[in-house]
Amino acid sequence: MGHAVEPAGRRSSGGDVTEPGFFGQVIEWFTDPANWSGDFGIPNRLFEHVVMSAISVVVAAVVALPLAMYIGHRRRLERFVVSVANVGRAIPSFGLLFLFVLWLGVGLDSSPALRPPILFALVLLAIPPILTNAYVGIQGIEEDTLEAARGMGMSEWAILFRVELPLGMPLIVAGLRTAAVQVVATATLGAVVAGGGLGRYIIDGFAVRDLPQIFAGAVLVALLAILVDLLIGGAGRMLSPRTATRRARTPERGITVGAS
Amino acid sequence: MTGAPFWNWEWVGRNLNLILDQTLQHLWLTFLAVGIGLIISFPLSVVAYRRRALYPPIAWFTGTLYTIPSLALFAFLMPFTGLSTLTAEIGLVSYTLLILIRNIVTGLRGVPPEVREAARGMGYTDRGLLWGIELPLALPAVIAGVRIATVTTIGLVTVTALIGQGGLGALMLGGFRGLYPDLAILIGVTLSVALAVAVDLLLFAGQRWVTPWSRQAGARVVAT
Repeated sequence: MGHAVEPAGRRSSGGDVTEPGFFGQVIEWFTDPANWSGDFGIPNRLFEHVVMSAISVVVAAVVALPLAMYIGHRRRLERFVVSVANVGRAIPSFGLLFLFVLWLGVGLDSSPALRPPILFALVLLAIPPILTNAYVGIQGIEEDTLEAARGMGMSEWAILFRVELPLGMPLIVAGLRTAAVQVVATATLGAVVAGGGLGRYIIDGFAVRDLPQIFAGAVLVALLAILVDLLIGGAGRMLSPRTATRRARTPERGITVGAS
Repeated sequence: MTGAPFWNWEWVGRNLNLILDQTLQHLWLTFLAVGIGLIISFPLSVVAYRRRALYPPIAWFTGTLYTIPSLALFAFLMPFTGLSTLTAEIGLVSYTLLILIRNIVTGLRGVPPEVREAARGMGYTDRGLLWGIELPLALPAVIAGVRIATVTTIGLVTVTALIGQGGLGALMLGGFRGLYPDLAILIGVTLSVALAVAVDLLLFAGQRWVTPWSRQAGARVVAT
């Protein structure tokens, strides 16, 4: 890393050098220019974290959304959705990372943001919340509404895209939001299996007992997760028709499928 | 990871005690987290139920806690509480709060007003109403919350391996770091999933036994 453990001299120094307290050391870590440039700097680590998370959520959405639309519209295979949700909750994300490493190896020849075992694990974790929420959102639309649409002569495709999708939007976005937050969290754990991203500060800090760096890494990771949560929540409110927002006010955060 | 053959049953045979100990530690950490989570959530939920204005701030606070990635939460605590069970439990309990409070409040709010009116008419006090009427009727939703919180916690306990705890997570991490054979990873994940499924079924059976009048409620995933 570009920055060392707190210099030992500081601890043993006499009264002439004022010793910064723990939070002073955290602030020093944040203000150290070495932590703001290069491969190990905050901008690059943040970039890696966002890239691996975004890729995983997008791939998971491409798989899960059409499936949820099909199942929600046709109202079949519903037990399948319930099973995916339950299995998704039961599998520990931490263990999933190790299973993929066991299968594919760590993948050190790839870029730290694109380690195959981590990406596979992240995609797999993101599918259940997206699938279940989108399914519930589409399936929960009242039969009267669909009857009215059919009575107006809308085709099944038109019903799917102009009625079910807009009305299901609050829960679809809620699912994406849950998935994104979970992926950001698990991407942090990816640092254990040699992944890049902000989790590196915590894991590398553990290795050398650098408490200020561990704390600073935690601040960065928590801020990123909260920011992602707020941004997608805001986007959901903008994308949803007003009636749909009111209807689905209670499950705004979506159906949780495990924390990580 | 080591180069030894994958299906290293000989290692398993020699380390059955280790595997059993980690499984028990896993269950203990989970039980402690959900138990303490319930003790904290219950009064908060009753307060949030009786004074509606208090629900949004409580939901916001526990929701924010829930959003913080587990590794970050443990890392926040590390400088103060070290590599300890306390660090693990503060983090694990934090994650149960959102799930439990949301389910308890939803359950309490689901009690039909006419039932409450009738109980009042029969002379029930606030306390009698809560323990005798509202809570029993809310029980399916409460247990649904306990199920989700428990299954989630079983998964999260594995992460505490990074702060020296971890139960079955310690088998996974040890397998990855070459302390144990690769097989330990698979054993850790399999047993963790098995625990989650078994405890979930047990709680489900318990719910049907305690609330025989609600055979269909609580069976769905859609509970948070």
